[in-house]
Amino acid sequence: MLVAKVLLKKPPSQQLTFEGHQMSLATTQSIAEIRARNKELIEEVLKVYPEKTAKRRAKHLNVHQAGKSDCGVKSNIKSIPGVMTIRGCAYAGSKGVVWGPIKDMVHISHGPVGCGQYSWGSRRNYYVGTTGIDSFVTLQFTSDFQEKDIVFGGDKKLVKILDEIQELFPLNNGITIQSECPIGLIGDDIEAVSRAKSKEYGGKTIVPVRCEGFRGVSQSLGHHIANDAVRDWIFDKLESDGKPTFEPTPYDVAIIGDYNIGGDAWSSRILLEEMGLRVIAQWSGDGSLAELEATPKAKLNILHCYRSMNYISRHMEEKFGIPWCEYNFFGPSKIAESLRKIAGYFDDKIKEGAERVIEKYQPLVNAVIAKYRPRLEGKTVMLYVGGLRPRHVIGAYEDLGMEVIGTGYEFGHNDDYQRTAQHYVKDSTLIYDDVNGYEFERFVEKLQPDLVGSGIKEKYVFQKMGVPFRQMHSWDYSGPYHGYDGFAIFARDMDMAINSPVWKKTKAPWKEASRAKLLAAE
Amino acid sequence: MAQSAEHVLDHLELFRGPEYQQMLAKKKIFENPRDPAEVERIKEWTKTAEYREKNFAREALAVNPAKACQPLGAVFASVGFEGTLPFVHGSQGCVAYYRSHLSRHFKEPSSCVSSSMTEDAAVFGGLNNMIDGLANSYNMYKPKMIAVSTTCMAEVIGDDLNAFIKTSKEKGSVPADFDVPFAHTPAFVGSHVTGYDNALKGILEHFWDGKAGTAPKLERKQNGAINIIGGFDGYTVGNLREIKRILALMGIQHTILADNSEVFDTPTDGEFRMYDGGTTLEDAANAVHAKATISMQQWCTEKTLPFVAEHGQDVVSFNYPVGLSATDDFIVALSRISGKEIPEQLARERGRLVDAIADSSAHIHGKKFAIYGDPDLCYGLAAFLLELGAEPTHVLSTNGSKTWHEKMQVLFASSPFGQGCQAYPGRDLWHMRSLLFTEPVDFLIGNTYGKYLERDTGTPLIRIGFPVFDRHHHHRSPLWGYQGGLNVLVKILDKIFDEIDKKTNVLGKTDYSFDIIR
Repeated sequence: MLVAKVLLKKPPSQQLTFEGHQMSLATTQSIAEIRARNKELIEEVLKVYPEKTAKRRAKHLNVHQAGKSDCGVKSNIKSIPGVMTIRGCAYAGSKGVVWGPIKDMVHISHGPVGCGQYSWGSRRNYYVGTTGIDSFVTLQFTSDFQEKDIVFGGDKKLVKILDEIQELFPLNNGITIQSECPIGLIGDDIEAVSRAKSKEYGGKTIVPVRCEGFRGVSQSLGHHIANDAVRDWIFDKLESDGKPTFEPTPYDVAIIGDYNIGGDAWSSRILLEEMGLRVIAQWSGDGSLAELEATPKAKLNILHCYRSMNYISRHMEEKFGIPWCEYNFFGPSKIAESLRKIAGYFDDKIKEGAERVIEKYQPLVNAVIAKYRPRLEGKTVMLYVGGLRPRHVIGAYEDLGMEVIGTGYEFGHNDDYQRTAQHYVKDSTLIYDDVNGYEFERFVEKLQPDLVGSGIKEKYVFQKMGVPFRQMHSWDYSGPYHGYDGFAIFARDMDMAINSPVWKKTKAPWKEASRAKLLAAE
Repeated sequence: MAQSAEHVLDHLELFRGPEYQQMLAKKKIFENPRDPAEVERIKEWTKTAEYREKNFAREALAVNPAKACQPLGAVFASVGFEGTLPFVHGSQGCVAYYRSHLSRHFKEPSSCVSSSMTEDAAVFGGLNNMIDGLANSYNMYKPKMIAVSTTCMAEVIGDDLNAFIKTSKEKGSVPADFDVPFAHTPAFVGSHVTGYDNALKGILEHFWDGKAGTAPKLERKQNGAINIIGGFDGYTVGNLREIKRILALMGIQHTILADNSEVFDTPTDGEFRMYDGGTTLEDAANAVHAKATISMQQWCTEKTLPFVAEHGQDVVSFNYPVGLSATDDFIVALSRISGKEIPEQLARERGRLVDAIADSSAHIHGKKFAIYGDPDLCYGLAAFLLELGAEPTHVLSTNGSKTWHEKMQVLFASSPFGQGCQAYPGRDLWHMRSLLFTEPVDFLIGNTYGKYLERDTGTPLIRIGFPVFDRHHHHRSPLWGYQGGLNVLVKILDKIFDEIDKKTNVLGKTDYSFDIIR
C-alpha cells in the first residue's frame, strides 16, 4: 500500500507536465504515513548488509520525530570499511577547510604528492592578492615524499623546504605544515623543526599541524586539530601589547567559520558593515595571519560554520572573554533573524542598523521570491552535505516554498543533530548520518525528490538517474549563496537546476517505459 | 545595491561593483598587507634569470607539481574491467579525493571504496578492515571483481595484501573463487602512471598466473589476437573508441585491456550505471593467448609489458602516438603484427590529415611551444609539433624519468626544429614559470592548472592533458588516430587564430591585420 503511494509521486521528467497544480508528497500523505514509509525504506535498505554492518548502520538512519531534542541518530563514529562512505579525512579538514584559505601563509602538504594535488584549488576559497608573491591559496606546495623520506624520515627535508620557501617566496607571512598520513607513522618531529626554524627566522610564524588522514573518523577531527594549532602556535605566541595596529572600536566583530566559497564571506561582511559593525577578521576565507592575530580584540565572534570552528570560539570565550553567537545567512528569513540576533549584542545604533539593512534589502527579497517561488513552490529536496549546510540551507529552500524531505551530515556530531532537530527539520524528515553511495541512491530512488543537493561524487550519479542536482559544497561553481545578494543567486541556481528543459528529455521518445512504471513493475 | 532579481549577478560580476570594491579596499588595513611597491619588486624579481637559477636549485620543495599519486592510476585502470569495484586499502580520505578528481575531469560518476583505516588500524594493521570491507562491498555493490590497491598509510605500516585477501576469503568475506586481484601502490613511489602499471599488472597476473595460488596457471595457446593497453589517459573515452574503430576497420581480433571508455561516458537516461562496459574477465584471462600486446604509453606499462613479454608475446610500445608519423607507425605495426592489410579508408583518413596540415602549416611553422604533462603525452605532442615545423622548446614532465629525458633529447636531435629544445624531467610548474619568463614561447600546452601560468606569464594555454576541470567534454574526442591528429591540430589552430584576433581587435588602432580570411 505504502509503496503504491510513493509511486504517486511522478519522476521529475514527468512532473513538469503537471506544472501549476502538482502536489508534493507532504500534501498527499499524512505525517504518519510518511513516517511509516520512511521507516520501511530504512528497513529495506538495511537488508543489503551483512548482519554486523546492518546493526551498525541502523544507528545512523532515522525518521525525525517532532519534539525530540535530536534526530535520533548516532554520529561522529568510524565509517564502515567497504561501504563507499562519502567522507574525507583530517587532512582535508585542516588543509582543505580551515588553514588552506589563509592567503598570506604558505601551506605545505607534507608527505606524498597526492593529497595536495587532489585538493589543489578545488574548494573555491576566493581571495584578493598577488598569487605567488604575497598570496598562496591556489599554489600546491608539497614535500612530495619519496621512499627514502619514509625510510629515513622527512625532518631534514622539511628543514630544507622551509629554507627554500623563505628564499623563493620571501613575502609569505607564515608557514603551516599540514601532515599527511605517513608523518605520524614514521615518527617525524615536525614540532621541533618548526620551533627551530621559527627561532632562526626571528620568530616567524611556523605552524605544525598533526592532521594525518588516518586520525579520527572524518574531516571533523582535522577541523579540531587545526583550531588547536591556531590556539597553540598563534594565540599562545601573541605578545599582549602587540597587534592589532588599528584602533579598536566597540563594534569590532570577527566572522568565524566562513570559507568565502564563491565569495560567501564577502556577501556576509557587506551586511555586517552596513549595519554599523566593523569586521576585523575573516576566518578563514580571504583571511590573513594578521586577522587571526587580531581576533582576540573582537567584541563578538560570529560563527557560521559551528562544526569546524566552535572549538576556537569557545577557547576565545574562555581565554579572552569574547562572546560568540551562531548565525545563518542563507535565505531572508534566517538572515533577518540572524542580523537581529547579532545586533542584540550591541547598542541601539546597531539594532537600528540591523533593521535598516533588513528594510533596505526587502524589495530585493520580494522580487526574488516573486520571480522564483512560483517556479519552485512545493518542490522537494534531499540534502547530504558537511559542516553546517545540512541544516543551514533549509530555511532558504523554505523561503522559496520548497521542502527538505531528507538530510544528513557527512561528519556532524550530536550537537549538529540537536540544532537540526530543534530549529530546522520538519516532522518525519528522513535522517541519514554518514550515508554511503548505496543508501543514498536507494533513498533518492524511492523518495524521488525534485532536487538533490550534495557533492561532486554524488552529482553525476543522480543526474544520470534524471534527478536535478546542485553541488552544495562548491555551489556548483556559482555563488556566493550567503547574504541577500547570495540568496538571489541561490534562487536562480535552484530554478535553473530543477526547471532545466533537459530533464524532460532523458527518455528516448521511442522508449515507452517510464521510471514510475518500471518501479511499479518491481 | 547592484543585485536584482531581474538580472542576477553572481561572483563573476557582483564583486566588481563599487560597493564590494570599497569594502575590499577597507578590509586591507586588517590584513597587515605588504607594501605594494615591495610586492611589485618581488613580482618582477621572480621573472628574472637570477630567480630562475635559485628556483632550479630547489632540492626539497615541490610547487605545483604536474603529477598525482599511484592509487589514482590504480583506480583508473581497475574500472576498465567489467563489473569491477576498485577497493583501496588504507585511509578513506584518499578515496574521496580520487573519486572527486576523476569526476571533475570526466563529469561522470566515479565509484570506488575504501577500507577506512583509522588510528587503531595504524597500530594493529588493517586486516579487520579488509575482512569487513570486502564483505560489505561484495554484498552492497555486487561486483564481478574487486581490485585492491593501497594508500600510503597501508604501505607505511606494511600491510600484506596477498595474505589479507587470503584470510578474508577464509573468513567468508567473498567466495573463495571470487576474483580479488591486488597491487601495492605506495604514493611515495612514482606517480599515477606507476599505479596504473602496477594495478594492470596485478590484474593480469591474477588471471594468467593462477589467481594467487588458488588456480592452475594458464597455459598459453597463441591465437591471432592483439591486446591493446591505453595507459593512464584523460582522453581514454575518445581514444579507446577510436582505436577500436581502427581495429575493426582492419579486421583485427583484439582485446582492449582496462577499457574504461564506457564507464567514463555513460548516458543520462534515468539509470545510473555503476559499472559499464569494460574488459570482460574472460577476455582478460584469454588475453594471455594473444599474439602480441601493444602499449600506447611506454611509461604507463614499464612493468606490465615485460610481464606480458615473459609470457611469450611480442610487445610493442608507443609514446602517446599523436599526429602523422606516430599514427603511421602505429598502423604499420598493427598491420605487421596482425598480417592484415591497411584498408583504403585509413589511407584516406591519413590523406585528410596531411591535407589539413598542408592547409594550415603556415600558421604553426616556427612557433615555439612549451608542453608539460605525463611523460608519454609530452613525447607524443612534441613529436607532432616537430612534424608541423613547430618547436617544442620546453617539455616538462614532473613524473618523467631519466630514460624519458634521454628519449626526448633523441627526438629533438632527430629534427631541425628540435635543435633549441630541452626536456625537463622531475620539474614542476613553478620551474615552468621561470622557463616561460626567461625563455618565452608562443604557446603553452598543458592541463587546467596551466591557466595560472597563462595568467602569470601571458603565454596562451592550449588545454591538452589531465586533469582538465574547467573545459567540458574534450575527453570524448580522440587524440589518437588520424582523426585524433586532426583534433589536436584544430585545437592548436583555434588558439593561434584567437590570439591573432585578440591582438588585433583594438578599434581605431589595429583595424589592419584584423583579417576576415586567414
